Amino acid sequence: MKIHLTSVFVDDQAKAEHFYTEILGFVKKHDVPVGGEDRWLTVVSPDEPDGTELLLEPAGHPAVKTYRDALVGDGIPLAQFAVDDVNAEYERLRGLGVRFTQEPLEMGPVTTAVFDDTCGNLIQIATKPQ
Amino acid sequence: MVVADDIFKALADPTRRTILDELAEKSGQTLFEICSRLSMKHRLGISRQAVSQHLAVLEAAGLVGTRREGRYKFHDLNTAPLRQIAERWLVSDTSRPEESTP
Repeated sequence: MKIHLTSVFVDDQAKAEHFYTEILGFVKKHDVPVGGEDRWLTVVSPDEPDGTELLLEPAGHPAVKTYRDALVGDGIPLAQFAVDDVNAEYERLRGLGVRFTQEPLEMGPVTTAVFDDTCGNLIQIATKPQ
Repeated sequence: MVVADDIFKALADPTRRTILDELAEKSGQTLFEICSRLSMKHRLGISRQAVSQHLAVLEAAGLVGTRREGRYKFHDLNTAPLRQIAERWLVSDTSRPEESTP
């Protein structure tokens, strides 16, 4: 079994597409209309174009708001991405106006930080395991 | 005005003192960050619910304050109540506060 695709709910797919590609630097993999305004919209890391896809899923279901508001309130991230250098990424993203709820924090071998994806989620970045 | 009993009770627990240590290092932490620090830095196997309860005790004692910023809630250290402890025994006789417990 493999983890081929995982998803985050996003308030607005167009906004999410912008943030996840232009700001975070992922590349779009699939973009297929699936009825109404909704799209099957996935992104991948430019380093691994055939790697795990992240589905930017419409947050239309009424349960999503309650679920996310509670988690975001407590600062709990809904996904984690690996980066080479958390501090460098923190500076880069902050320069682009990204809001962090947790600044880079060194905890033993791992450094993490948490930011707001502007689409309703908190995302954690962490140093890649060596 | 926080009763001295609440402050002593809050400070009596080692996990709560560790939480204060971490907030002293950096004020303005989410529950998630506090939990991360306790588990990763201090290797404390403690549930999020338990951390929440510790924070509630610290908040009742006035040692931790919370503030909402947009959708997030941050916890800040408030050392003001500790003054009560210091002043209780350290000030001069003329301004000694009344005993709060029999």
